[in-house]
Amino acid sequence: MASRVLRQPLGLGAARGGHPVGPGRWGLRATTALYLGGMILLPLVAIVSRGFGEGIGALQSALSSPGAVAAIRLTLITAAATAVVNAVFGTLLAYVLVRYRFPGRTLFSAIVDLPFAIPTLVTGVMLVALYGPNAPIGRALGGVGIQVAFAPLGILVAMLFVTLPFVVRTVQPVLSELDHAEEEASYSLGAGTWTTFRRIVLPALRPAITAGALLTFARALGEFGAIVVVSGNIPGTLTAPVFIFQLTSQFRFEEAAAVSTVLFTISCSLVLLTERLLRRQKEDG
Amino acid sequence: MSVGTAPLARGGSRTRLVRSALLALALGYVAFLLLLPIAGIVWGVVRGGASEVASTFSDPAVRHAFWLTGVITAITVVVAGFFGLVAAWVFTRDRFPGRQALSAVVDLPLAVSPVIVGLMAVILFGRGGWFEPFFAARGIQVIFALPSMVLVTIFICIPFVIREVAPVLEEIGTAEEEAAHTLGASSLQSFFRVTLPSIRWALLYGIALTTARALGEIGAVLIVSGALRGLTETATLYILLALEERQEASAYVVALTLAAVSVTLLLTIEFIKRKHEKERAR
Amino acid sequence: MNAAIAVEHLSKSFGSFTAVDDVSFAASEGRITALLGPSGSGKSTVLRMLAGLERPTSGRVWIAGEERTYTSVQERQVGFVFQHYALFRHMTVRDNVAFGLSVRKASKAEQKERVDELLHLVQLEHFAHRFPEQLSGGQRQRVALARALAPRPKVLLLDEPFGALDARVRQDLRRWLDEIHRELGITSLLVTHDQEEALELAHQVVVMHEGRIEQIGTSEEIYNEPATPFVAGFVGAANVIKGLVIEGRVQFGQQLVSGAAHLPDGSAAHAFVRPHDVRIVVPARANGDARLSSPATVERMVNLGWTSKLVLSLVGDGQSVIAQLPNDQLEGVREGDRVLVDFGNAKVFAPHGPASSRSDELAAV
Repeated sequence: MASRVLRQPLGLGAARGGHPVGPGRWGLRATTALYLGGMILLPLVAIVSRGFGEGIGALQSALSSPGAVAAIRLTLITAAATAVVNAVFGTLLAYVLVRYRFPGRTLFSAIVDLPFAIPTLVTGVMLVALYGPNAPIGRALGGVGIQVAFAPLGILVAMLFVTLPFVVRTVQPVLSELDHAEEEASYSLGAGTWTTFRRIVLPALRPAITAGALLTFARALGEFGAIVVVSGNIPGTLTAPVFIFQLTSQFRFEEAAAVSTVLFTISCSLVLLTERLLRRQKEDG
Repeated sequence: MSVGTAPLARGGSRTRLVRSALLALALGYVAFLLLLPIAGIVWGVVRGGASEVASTFSDPAVRHAFWLTGVITAITVVVAGFFGLVAAWVFTRDRFPGRQALSAVVDLPLAVSPVIVGLMAVILFGRGGWFEPFFAARGIQVIFALPSMVLVTIFICIPFVIREVAPVLEEIGTAEEEAAHTLGASSLQSFFRVTLPSIRWALLYGIALTTARALGEIGAVLIVSGALRGLTETATLYILLALEERQEASAYVVALTLAAVSVTLLLTIEFIKRKHEKERAR
Repeated sequence: MNAAIAVEHLSKSFGSFTAVDDVSFAASEGRITALLGPSGSGKSTVLRMLAGLERPTSGRVWIAGEERTYTSVQERQVGFVFQHYALFRHMTVRDNVAFGLSVRKASKAEQKERVDELLHLVQLEHFAHRFPEQLSGGQRQRVALARALAPRPKVLLLDEPFGALDARVRQDLRRWLDEIHRELGITSLLVTHDQEEALELAHQVVVMHEGRIEQIGTSEEIYNEPATPFVAGFVGAANVIKGLVIEGRVQFGQQLVSGAAHLPDGSAAHAFVRPHDVRIVVPARANGDARLSSPATVERMVNLGWTSKLVLSLVGDGQSVIAQLPNDQLEGVREGDRVLVDFGNAKVFAPHGPASSRSDELAAV
């Protein structure tokens, strides 16, 4: 169940302007503009204007509270770690899926996509069921001093779970279109497996890996469902989205909007950047 | 490594060793990260036993939660499906100034944390919000009620149908539609008889993704619903509240049910699609 | 206008680019007319405007004697065959052919009868339940033709119908289309870049270049009496020989070629000569007017079976000329030999305008 959502940028080639423009077409245009404008742009404008509502000063003071600083810092660190781990293992998974033939490969491929299908809250529940203080594995790990649930490690595992397919599904199509003859040429010139991977395969995959890692980072920044359970709402393990939720439930909307504006600006620029990367790669290919 | 003796791709025992090691690492990572937690929750449900499952499903609160989730999902699928189809068509078959900018907007919901989506709804419709006076004057409750829960779910699900359908529309091109027109088909006839059958799998897949996402939505719904027991409590909110009240067993049952429904849905669509493609190519 | 198809002062611009520029012609009733030209010459755009798939910037369109400039594509009742077939991929062959009847709400029995008739015509009865993906390119194009003919269109428009097929299949389909057309006698407009296809199938050929019409005529007229340098170069292979006009003849080196009576003395001229109109005489056997033949060296000689192709270099100004002649006229001629050549059927044009600059090289030899 590979989703197109990750595989390619929204395909907008040269639309033909061939058909005569009738009144029906204006209706469709207006419908689209109202739907996307009203449903997406308007709310975004609302939150940004609320974030800046009482001026830059208010935004700054909202962001300089110790809680906000800690939450944003924890989010950035765990999301960055997730992106790095994902880049490595995602590339590995894509390589294994494309280049190796082994029994159960199709099943394996389907399993990699599971995080698309499993509700994120359920992911969190699963992790607590496994690593929670009352669960066997959680107890065993706790015995040797490793705390997963209700700790930053649990947040990292939750982020890794929900973003697992991202790098795999951006790298996989590029890898399968990569001409195997290039690798064979490298072998025939005397290069070993590792040298060939590092000097021939990896450079070709770099844009896709970067795009996948950026998407991972953006998605991990905003993740809420899996983390709200795993982090257990304890100060020190609050990511920015969970922090925003807490502020909201205390009706501190200005501060919530301020943190949201920061988070939203980061993840939006990342997604737009990724889109450009993918588009350029598609045009080159 | 000595240059002359480097093994070719599928050659020596050393290469095979590397291969096995990479394969083991890949399988091990996925097993540890994905399968172990899934096994954990399945075990949690099994340990609770059939009686726990039965009592969970006979609980009126659980039934109401599933019903509410179903209603929100159904409305979301209809709205996001219909408008998504229109938007995908406009993006690929029409050309007007601002088309590229408008298409970039489609990706924004993927970048916004669901919590922020919830907060946006509160800012627009909550006390002191831009639209609050309008709805309050007409006695329509938006926040802490179904309308806002549906709105935020639609917001989050907007990209799926558009992003599944638009590339396929682009790929199939306009020649078949033009052929239908020269044969006398009206725009609607051409859409329903020529275009729609070509994009139906993409559309179904987009709808399946929408459904899966709507079923599992928590962050935005949590904020706008107020999680009022028995009133605005969806299946995911039920899980969250049950965990807080230390009713883990029934939380696990509901969680596993939700996951099973989404996974089955997506797998089924994928399966039917493959079978269909195979039949046609035979 | 009573012609089956006619266009009048038709133009089409895409932004600042003019694809079709003031095109007027009429196609004869019951015959095949070819729109011939290189890619980008605007011929497909003319066809799409006739079908109603593009709206003209200016000009008028008639189909079957009625003005159709502002009629929707659905109401024009034209049969259109697309270059890449444009078959409905999710429908069987039968459903594809029936489509035009079913959208016009023909009865089931009527549909079945007409579809059977057409499947028989295109010899695809046994493929009725296949999907397009399961057919070869030639079979797909036959389905496309059957589909276009099913609703009994007033005219048939074919857009490079054989363009996507390989040479062998193209030959077969061309002959087959000719037979079908003889049987049905439907007025047809064929867009093609393949001059052989146009000359073989069409009763009348309209040659287009850069959005404009270069010449309208029968196959013979187009081939033997090209009206412009472009037509001379594009239709059939031709040598381009450069010289000066003297008393109605073109002089280059020591030789004179007739056919320049329309050009003033002293002006530059280009003579277009087809390779099979180059005659070669071994000097020992020469007789007649020496000024009408000129000495040349055989640079290369390639045997192509019953003919040979020769690359000749004219003594004096060194212009290169290609000749293609039956082997029995070339006995005793070898590479390196000095021979006399003279040119029949030369078409002489003044060397200006974009068309002649393009044919500076040996045009399409």
